[in-house]
Amino acid sequence: MKMERRFNSVHQTITFSRRMAITAGAQAAIGAVLLGRLSWLSVAQNQKYQLMSESNRVQLIPVPPRRGWILDRNGKPIAINRSSFRVDIIPQQLTDASGVVAQLTSIMKLPPDEVERITRELKESRGFQPVSVAENIPYEQYAAITVRLPDLAGVSASRGFTRYYPAASAVGQLIGYVGTANAKEYEKEDKNPLLLIPGVKIGKEGLEKTLEMRLRGEPGGQRVEVTARGKLVKELDPKPDRSGHSVQLTIDSDLHTFAARRIGDHSGSVVVLDVHTGDILAMPSMPSFDPNAFSDGISSNEWKMLSQDDHLPLVDKVLEGLYPSGSTIKPLMALALLKAGVDPSRKVVCNRAYPLGNHVFHCDARHGPVNLEDAVIRSCDIYFYDTCRRVGVEAFAPLIKEMGFGQKFDMPFDFQRYGTVPDPDWMRRKYHRDWQTYDTINMSIGQGNVLINPLQLAVAAARVASGRHVVPRLLRERGTPNFAPIDAPAEHLEFVRRAMGGVVQRGTAAAAKLPLDTVQMAGKTGTAQVRRITMAERNSGGVRSNESLAWRMRDHSLFMAFAPVENPRYAAATIIEHGGFGAQVAAPLIRDTMLYLFDKQKALANLAAFEESIGGSLEARVARKAAAWRSANGLPPLPVSST
Amino acid sequence: MITSAIIPQPLAKLPWRLIFLIGGIATIGIMTLYSAAGGAIQPWALKQAITFMVFLAIAVAMSWTKESTIKSVAFPLYAAVIVMLVFVEALGFVGKGAQRWLDLGFIRLQPSEFMKPGIVLVLARFYELLPAGDIRSWRAIWPAAALIGLPAGLIILQPDLGTALMITFIGVTVMFIAGVPLRVFLIPGGALAVAIPLVYQLLHGYQRKRIDIFLDPESDPLGAGYHITQSKIAIGSGGIFGKGYLNGSQSHLDYLPEGHTDFVFATMVEEWGLLGGALLIFAFAFVIRWGMRVANNARSRFAQLTAAGLSATIFFYVAINLMMVMGLAPVVGVPLPLVSFGGSAVMTVMLCLGILMALERQQRTTSRLL
Repeated sequence: MKMERRFNSVHQTITFSRRMAITAGAQAAIGAVLLGRLSWLSVAQNQKYQLMSESNRVQLIPVPPRRGWILDRNGKPIAINRSSFRVDIIPQQLTDASGVVAQLTSIMKLPPDEVERITRELKESRGFQPVSVAENIPYEQYAAITVRLPDLAGVSASRGFTRYYPAASAVGQLIGYVGTANAKEYEKEDKNPLLLIPGVKIGKEGLEKTLEMRLRGEPGGQRVEVTARGKLVKELDPKPDRSGHSVQLTIDSDLHTFAARRIGDHSGSVVVLDVHTGDILAMPSMPSFDPNAFSDGISSNEWKMLSQDDHLPLVDKVLEGLYPSGSTIKPLMALALLKAGVDPSRKVVCNRAYPLGNHVFHCDARHGPVNLEDAVIRSCDIYFYDTCRRVGVEAFAPLIKEMGFGQKFDMPFDFQRYGTVPDPDWMRRKYHRDWQTYDTINMSIGQGNVLINPLQLAVAAARVASGRHVVPRLLRERGTPNFAPIDAPAEHLEFVRRAMGGVVQRGTAAAAKLPLDTVQMAGKTGTAQVRRITMAERNSGGVRSNESLAWRMRDHSLFMAFAPVENPRYAAATIIEHGGFGAQVAAPLIRDTMLYLFDKQKALANLAAFEESIGGSLEARVARKAAAWRSANGLPPLPVSST
Repeated sequence: MITSAIIPQPLAKLPWRLIFLIGGIATIGIMTLYSAAGGAIQPWALKQAITFMVFLAIAVAMSWTKESTIKSVAFPLYAAVIVMLVFVEALGFVGKGAQRWLDLGFIRLQPSEFMKPGIVLVLARFYELLPAGDIRSWRAIWPAAALIGLPAGLIILQPDLGTALMITFIGVTVMFIAGVPLRVFLIPGGALAVAIPLVYQLLHGYQRKRIDIFLDPESDPLGAGYHITQSKIAIGSGGIFGKGYLNGSQSHLDYLPEGHTDFVFATMVEEWGLLGGALLIFAFAFVIRWGMRVANNARSRFAQLTAAGLSATIFFYVAINLMMVMGLAPVVGVPLPLVSFGGSAVMTVMLCLGILMALERQQRTTSRLL
């Protein structure tokens, strides 16, 4: 206390100076902090904040890119974009929301649930994001809205694009379809904002799906400067959109469509290959669906009809269908037997039955003594039972695989099945049992565990025809690939080709003979058993005919071919589900398809006659089928559309 | 001071360097307001220019006031402002609204504005009257604390946290310069650090939210944190040289709220960049240094404390506002003097400068006589 008493004005002056110095120092320090902070924000963090300021300022009204076309080998369009008319509302330009919606409702006759959706989306939208009112509207409505636009502030009527497939259901399986992205697809692409643009469709199936990234392109848009409240200030330079890349396929669109139509009402598929390049010229699978219906958004009834059909129109049978090869394995087997050292002149006597242990294997005719060539031409099972049994599975299984059966091919589809060519190893892996002689016998005629898809069958034909490891390709590339030769002597291949020529000339596939003087076809039929034929059935008046059986129980009908015999150019194969004898359904189908490649006029005449016999063109039959389904399910008939 | 035969004496005797400084600051402010209005003198720039000119004239006129006159108004002014604060509080209570201001036609005055120089004058007067030996006793502390606490409390009730804080800061600064023992600041300072969580609980919901968001502005980018975030974007996106005059997108497109009042610095820096911002900070620093020199040169204790306190007032305006807009302090609603649109801050700062000029003139005349 004493010290404080002595505190006088001199002390006070000293204290004042000292405190002033401290205060000034503190102020200077805070000033330095402020300058430091200012520099930090505007220099060190400048880029970050510049970006944030730009993203504040500039908004993109997106313009979806045009999807790339899908073309056939000749440049003929398979999938293109057709301009369509659409109406959107741009919320930030909207002054009287309910009035505009009411007007649009009356002009366009919008159903109540659509009106509800539009009202909801308008409420949820952020200023610049357009809300779709309707797409694919008829031109008359588009015109009606266009003339009223001055009174409809905020409404935008524009041309958009819808995917269009000129070949319609003929290319359904191959091309797939496009549709609006769902929530899962949006998440999967890291919330790509493109998928939210009204009218943007992405590939959902088939090539549209697997080639999506090439077809899609980059969205552009009108860049606009907007205020914090979403009010448009001015338009900036637009960001140009980049159309998707076009993709050219090896498919010959006309041939593909022809084959699709020629399949008729059957359930099955055809593959046509170029023997030299492996180009897939056609690969229709029927029945199919019209991908155009999906572009517009498929109705639940259409979907139900498709998914309930026992002919499986939603399954691509070329790649996803697996069937026993039946007798089509025989040419390949012949090649394998020759390679195993079998003398082609050796004869086996066919008595229609081949006992093994307590079981008897059958042939469908009593062929008498047959050599290898006869066995292929007349499709004698007994010959193969006997010969294959002698050489053993190890001697022929590798070559069967080498010819394409059970092989994986790199195709631009995300779902394929490859089937099996069994051998002792496989049997142990799969069934944990040893290979038995009856397995050899079953396999020798392409039954048992032999499962192939139609593409593999066509590849096998191409490999026999060319003697090379033909690999199928669907995306068009220039140049001829250099396939490695098959590991078999040329004379063996020549022998098999001659035998296959014989099949058509004088054998089981006489129905496949081309009505041409200059070109001959070689081929092999196959009839793949679906059901087990019991002894009881054989004993009580013989095997029942396919016609007497339910569709599901009938045999599959197969045919593989190449032409011309002398200098093969094309290979083809077909598998018709439950089509009965190969010679009956499959062989004439391939004959007409192959004929188309050599003489279009004759082929088209044949097709016309064929379609006449089954009740009209593909379109007419599809429409009739849909109408029948609708009436069977108690639905009113569809209105007849002008398009 | 300019010595010239042509310029008349009274004019020549004006502190021209200061007038140029504040004129420059006000010009930057008016130009920024012109830009913030999208390149128009309406509604802010013209009004701000008039307000500034009027108060500059008042400040210059005040510079002829004698120190004794200023001294004599200290207590009456303080008392009058307290009465006004109570009155406004009562009116606001009756009217069930926050009527914080008095309408003078061209400017709406908050009585709390007068309290900023008022608290300086009354404390300076108090410490002048206090015998030198008493400065380390209780008698130096509690009356001063009461003089600060009463208006601060009344203003917090309005509620106007920014102004109450400023008055407290200013008062405490005057106490500090007057020589009150250091422990008086350190002990309550420590206690305050402990009490902050408690005070936090007592704050109004919106005030509490401001502090929450200050601590983490990104937690609410579109809500209350929006101010700080957008202000930082404006400042940061300007870079070293700025986006150019009239080219600030943040303020022109309304992303920056209050771009003409509390956040005017962000508006300015977006267009003028680091250079403009630093220039403005230095200009304020020179003004404050000028005031501190007046304090250092002052002969009387009252003049010393008044000059230092008024300089501190200007300093707190600038420092709190800049820390606020640059995300270093919570948003408390303190304008940037002479730059932010609005008469109140201009008036307060010009009153401070008027008194400072008067004190400075006194020094010159006295020194010449000595």
